[in-house]
Amino acid sequence: MRARWTAVVAVAAAGALALSACSSSKSNKPSGTSPGNNTGAVTDSKVEVFSWWTGGGEAAGLQALIADYKKKNPSVDFVNAAVAGGAGTNAKAVLKSRLQANTPPDSFQGHAGAELQDYIKANQVEPLDDFYKQQGLDKAFPQSLIDEISYKGHVYSVPANIHRANVLWFNPQVVQKAGISSPPTSVADFIADLDKVKQTQPDVLPISVGDQWTTEHLWETVMIGDLGADGWNALWKSGANWNDPKVTQAINDFKKIMTYVPSSSYAADWQTASKQVIDGKAAYNVMGDWAAGYFTSSVASGGLAKTAKTDFDWAAAPGTDGIYDWLSDSFTLAKGAPHPSAAKAWLAEIGSKDGQDIFNPIKGSIPARTDEDKSKYPGYLTWALDEWSKDKLVGSFYHGVVANNAWHNDIDNAEGQFLKDWNVSNFQKALVDAAQQDAE
Amino acid sequence: MRHARARNWLPGLLLVAPSIILVAIFVYGLIGWNFKVALSDQHHDYDVGKFVGTENFSNIWDIRVWSSSVKNGLIFTLVFVGGALLLGFFLAFLMDKAIKGEGSFRAVYLFPMAISFVATGVVWKWLMASPHGKDASGLNRLFADLGLGSLQNDWYNSTTWTNMASLALPAVWQMSGYIMALFLAGFRGVPEELREAARVDGANEWKVYRYVVLPQLRPVLLTSVIILGHISLKIFDLVYSINGKSVNTEVPAIFMWQRVYDRGDAAIGATAGAYILLAVAVFVVPYLVWFVRSEKKR
Amino acid sequence: MTAVAVEKSAPQRTGSDAARKKLAWSSARFVLLMFFVLFFVLPIYVLLVTSFKNASETDPSHAWALPSHWSFDGWRTAWDEISPGLANSFKVAVPGALISAVLGSLNGYVLAKWRFPGADVVFTLFLFGMFIPYQAVMIPLVQLFTNLNLSGSLFSLMLAHVVYGIPICTLIMRNYYATIPDELVEASRVDGAGMLRTYWSIIVPNSGPAFAVVIIWQFTSIWNDFLFAVFLTGTNNWTATVHLNNLLGAQTVNFNQPMAGALITSAPTLLIYVLLGRFFMRGMMAGALKG
Repeated sequence: MRARWTAVVAVAAAGALALSACSSSKSNKPSGTSPGNNTGAVTDSKVEVFSWWTGGGEAAGLQALIADYKKKNPSVDFVNAAVAGGAGTNAKAVLKSRLQANTPPDSFQGHAGAELQDYIKANQVEPLDDFYKQQGLDKAFPQSLIDEISYKGHVYSVPANIHRANVLWFNPQVVQKAGISSPPTSVADFIADLDKVKQTQPDVLPISVGDQWTTEHLWETVMIGDLGADGWNALWKSGANWNDPKVTQAINDFKKIMTYVPSSSYAADWQTASKQVIDGKAAYNVMGDWAAGYFTSSVASGGLAKTAKTDFDWAAAPGTDGIYDWLSDSFTLAKGAPHPSAAKAWLAEIGSKDGQDIFNPIKGSIPARTDEDKSKYPGYLTWALDEWSKDKLVGSFYHGVVANNAWHNDIDNAEGQFLKDWNVSNFQKALVDAAQQDAE
Repeated sequence: MRHARARNWLPGLLLVAPSIILVAIFVYGLIGWNFKVALSDQHHDYDVGKFVGTENFSNIWDIRVWSSSVKNGLIFTLVFVGGALLLGFFLAFLMDKAIKGEGSFRAVYLFPMAISFVATGVVWKWLMASPHGKDASGLNRLFADLGLGSLQNDWYNSTTWTNMASLALPAVWQMSGYIMALFLAGFRGVPEELREAARVDGANEWKVYRYVVLPQLRPVLLTSVIILGHISLKIFDLVYSINGKSVNTEVPAIFMWQRVYDRGDAAIGATAGAYILLAVAVFVVPYLVWFVRSEKKR
Repeated sequence: MTAVAVEKSAPQRTGSDAARKKLAWSSARFVLLMFFVLFFVLPIYVLLVTSFKNASETDPSHAWALPSHWSFDGWRTAWDEISPGLANSFKVAVPGALISAVLGSLNGYVLAKWRFPGADVVFTLFLFGMFIPYQAVMIPLVQLFTNLNLSGSLFSLMLAHVVYGIPICTLIMRNYYATIPDELVEASRVDGAGMLRTYWSIIVPNSGPAFAVVIIWQFTSIWNDFLFAVFLTGTNNWTATVHLNNLLGAQTVNFNQPMAGALITSAPTLLIYVLLGRFFMRGMMAGALKG
């Protein structure tokens, strides 16, 4: 007995040492390339791209892009460092630790717009003005988009796609039963319609929401609906007037809308909330247009395989017709990227017409460029493309375009508090304070 | 301890030295770093981080969500630690005397510990989906079908303290089997003669546990409280995977995460971490010291 | 695991009243225990049935229903995603748990039987260290490993787990060794055996159950860890939990995949429980109480 245990421990210790010795790997030292500004020849043998695209359409789209990149750059070994987590929470944390340890990936994902400001100010990303000119991206993207994603006159990322946040999804049968013939065109109309659903079909939820961020998303579209594009855009400039009575009105409207969905009806997440519309358990849902991808894609790829216009229908969120509340996933060139030439080739791939037309139909979004091949964008995406070309653009708050990280966090907290106490004046005061502290 | 000669104790110290060095670097080195940042103005990634004294320690209380996350954390800790201890103890109590199928019961109760919090979160998010009535799902649906409709509730979407109690439920589910095993082992370690003596003196079964068995369980209680306590203070994955970053269920670890990673405010994040450590120093360390002392007396 | 019903010499009370009472209590216990079995098994049931559903059925309102079409797609996708991580998890969890056990045993031995001045302070500081707020210190930890040239390696992940496991392993081992009579150690000393010889000849042969407890605990916590794994490893050596999280974190989640993935990821730990569960219980029973 004694001898056996001694032997077991000895073997175990030896095994442990051997295993740990095997598993210790060499650290990846940056290969000695100079961070030259020429985008011409790819001299690197490797590129590491960091994103939060790990599943569903976004992962499939990324894979298609990578395949095309490899075809064009056969000598480059592509490392897909994708870490998941709701809109990149885990990914951004891991990225931050790598940036601070000075071991950046070559290129990383970020929502285009103010969300990138901290990276820019911390000098962790390279300006891409020359790259834009070389690739003709300054002409390919709409000027108002470039303005919105520029910081102090410089642009730091290449948008891969455009999503629309302000979409009202509805169940045509439920809405028809309520005697509603056309989608609401103002927030006030919308509230009246919610009431009609409630009166005619007490078993149906007039509007569905999921966890906290989905209510912030809804709040954002109500704000835009009440304030209009210019009013909304003005809020995000420094010195903006968040005390405006129109803001109070919008908060009250949001509160009113939320009375149609008590906390005992909150769905677990955005997917469940959107699915309630498909299943006829809810009449309306406000969600970004990734919902269309979820509704229509095949069951095998995790979708619901529904038909647009019959199983579900959509319109601009109430009061936002003619306004495109956009968000965009974009990629940067990290400062001190170990493989800058291959990274630029990646950015060129993303920004190119081919790249955008490969990625977006799979991801369920539209290209940021305006010269796309329209035939690749059926169903909802046709509508989105059309709107993108003619609508007034406003940047999304929740999805990182207009507010920097601190401001965003402060509004998240104010909103979370509001969901608990429903105190309009406290909420507005918190918004005013946040703007004063964090706007720039 | 008497003045032992160095020859006697030095080898012992040397044997523990590698662990002391590792803990000094990786634990206390980082705790030191944490306090240094907490005492600085590193509120953005691009700040240099000058020493500013203890201002963050008072300013943090101006952040409303910090106070609410502390409150949430306390409720969670009370329900989780208390719940797991009580349920673990109760299960062990039920199994102490021989019962058919004990091995299988033990296996089932221990089973949830094998699952990671990330996975636990997914299932419980569903079980605790809040919809009631006709649309009821998860546990609410089960209650409705069993005619226990009155038990339906908003779970983690509740705006009262029950939101955190709901989130503690999966944690209790996960850890109480382990606590059961610890207590069961503890019960079985109490010599039967001691219990018998008490019974002869006329004590009923409950009193036997209360006055004979429980006092023998202090080491078990120490291990349980430390294991549960450190899980509780750092609970992140579970809360996050069930309810995201909603303010309603924000706990200090999520607050810390948001400040450091989403917002880039390392100083306030570190201050939150420092407060967690201080709370442990105030509530847990006296317990540890008491334990070590009382153990020596015996 | 076999059902071990340890029949103890229960006091025999006379009279059928007492016997009836005993039977009633026994049945009540059984019923209560069965009720708790339900509580522990229900979530597993949901995991299992959901993993076989397809996207149109995977939502909380269908949580209890059996799949109307049994689909293995979730399992297939989950296996493809997670299987590369399983090997990495093993490479970290096996040596990590073993090294932790050895360190814990050495520390526990010294702190219980071969104390040095300040041993109690060291013990208390170890335990206090368990409460270090991991989330706040991941950035300097990554920096530390980068400076040591270890960043992104499985070795760094294992090292982190070993270091942060020292306190709990020391605690369990120390409490266990306290049950070994001091006289045994004394006798060995008197015979002229040194510290290590005593450890090897007296302590180690008696440590089997305690090793089982520590190894199982450490293996489980290393295996299930996500935070350290996601920060300290890179794309090519992610562990199973990071892969599992990748199934969960997409914009649109196909819930049969993470549910199947959760079962795949938990399988090795479950297997360990079934295989080593008896040692685990025996170890805890032997070690939880000091004499």
